[in-house]
Amino acid sequence: MSRYSIFSLARNAFAQHRNWQRAWRDPEPKAAYDVVIVGGGGHGLATAYYLAKNHGVSNVAVLEKGWIGGGNTGRNTTIIRSNYLRDESAALYELSRRLFETLSQELNFNIMFSPRGVLMLAQTEHEARGYQRTLHATRLNDAPTSWVDRKRVKELCPIVNDDRNARYPILGGLWQPRGGTARHDAVAWGYARAASELGVDIIQNCPVEGIDIEHGRVVGVRTGKGAIRCKKLGVVVAGHSTRLADMAGFRLPIESVALQAYVSEPIKPVMDIVIMANTVHGYMSQSDKGELVIGGGADSYLNYSQRGSWSAIEETTRALVETFPIISRLKMLRQWGGIVDMTGDRSPIIGKTPVGGVFVNCGWGTGGFKATPGSGHCFAATLSKGEPDDVAAPFSLERFSEGRMIDESAAAAVAH
Amino acid sequence: MLMIQCPCCGATAEEADFHCGGEAHIVRLAGDNDADADLGAYLFERANPKGLCFERWRHQYGCGKWFHLARDSRTMEIFGVYDIKAPAPPAEIVAEARRRIAARGLPEHSNN
Repeated sequence: MSRYSIFSLARNAFAQHRNWQRAWRDPEPKAAYDVVIVGGGGHGLATAYYLAKNHGVSNVAVLEKGWIGGGNTGRNTTIIRSNYLRDESAALYELSRRLFETLSQELNFNIMFSPRGVLMLAQTEHEARGYQRTLHATRLNDAPTSWVDRKRVKELCPIVNDDRNARYPILGGLWQPRGGTARHDAVAWGYARAASELGVDIIQNCPVEGIDIEHGRVVGVRTGKGAIRCKKLGVVVAGHSTRLADMAGFRLPIESVALQAYVSEPIKPVMDIVIMANTVHGYMSQSDKGELVIGGGADSYLNYSQRGSWSAIEETTRALVETFPIISRLKMLRQWGGIVDMTGDRSPIIGKTPVGGVFVNCGWGTGGFKATPGSGHCFAATLSKGEPDDVAAPFSLERFSEGRMIDESAAAAVAH
Repeated sequence: MLMIQCPCCGATAEEADFHCGGEAHIVRLAGDNDADADLGAYLFERANPKGLCFERWRHQYGCGKWFHLARDSRTMEIFGVYDIKAPAPPAEIVAEARRRIAARGLPEHSNN
């Protein structure tokens, strides 16, 4: 496969762009693989890539029922940050953020990582104290953030409403300068291309319809493209995790709900950072195209329809108009929803399951995109060794019966 | 947007007036000497069905009372509401739900 570079761009430009190779192979599935990964989103593709790259396991298939990156990978607000409170979370999300820093170079694919800075507004005294606590935790965990006062918030983002008489006045913020955004589709495509080059088969339009288990151990999957045998199975399917668990005969502590996002009409540059206003449930950044990318809280009930509620949109819009008055007359261009897999403590589940050879990587809830590289990195290690690595170990399924929660639900409030 | 009719006060309102209390008919544990695994399962594991589901809802900004609701988590169609004290879904609501799901050409539950 040819490398992308300024020279390949020039060469193809002179040839009227007729000679570009396809970015990844489109093979028919083989009869058997060492590892089958269900779910061709960012996490599944990253897992396949690191399996081949770091662990030399390249007899791997990624099965995707639709098209790669067509689920939550293509439905998020692309925010990357690692300012988590708990040590276990900080280790995982900071590993991920660091991998993002050099991911374009590593994959030879421009994922447009933009460390523009993420600012979490403190709008109540309680929230301000909470963020001070997070600030000290992030320093101990080597994922530095800083506290910025109201004046500095206004400098960083002039369009915020700094009226002291606002219902939720801005008291300051938690600033992570090396957080930011990346192009979500490119993350999936970059991992797919790099994994494919290392020998991973990426099989699209291939829904998994059943899981074959013999003597308590997985032996294969039944798919829309026939039966495929495997020694290990990695389930990385976000909102449908409990459906796959059902096929394998175990249960997960997960509820699937809709999370929505939307973008405005494109406007001239008005903000060059990411702002999260967690008290009022809304976050916003401006894309390279000029659209304001807006996200809010998840719906509160079970939903597999990839469509959310009007009331969730109203609530988010109300909050953001209060925080950024200049957006009050903007038209919204597009709106969409993804089905997210929520755990009780709002932390993911990575590791073994009651069925031998079946591993899960799920429960990322509303905050999975930022974790894509780190998730793939530690899940690949887990799959290859058959045991979780140091980063993945605290996120085991057993923590729910052991009472060993990694409680980010209280720590991170609504927005993840 | 769900339009829900509260069986307790009779008012019909948008979902924003209600609060979803999650999966219904979870059987409470005995409460003493429960195994850790049973307790974890009771507290956190959910059926999370794709298709016919039964939930508890509360008319939060209305009469404040709890009730049960039968719904399809794929289509958002509501099949009926019933008393919070019912230990299992009433047969007529299950029959009505099955009839309307079949009329759409869907299985009762799906995986993909």
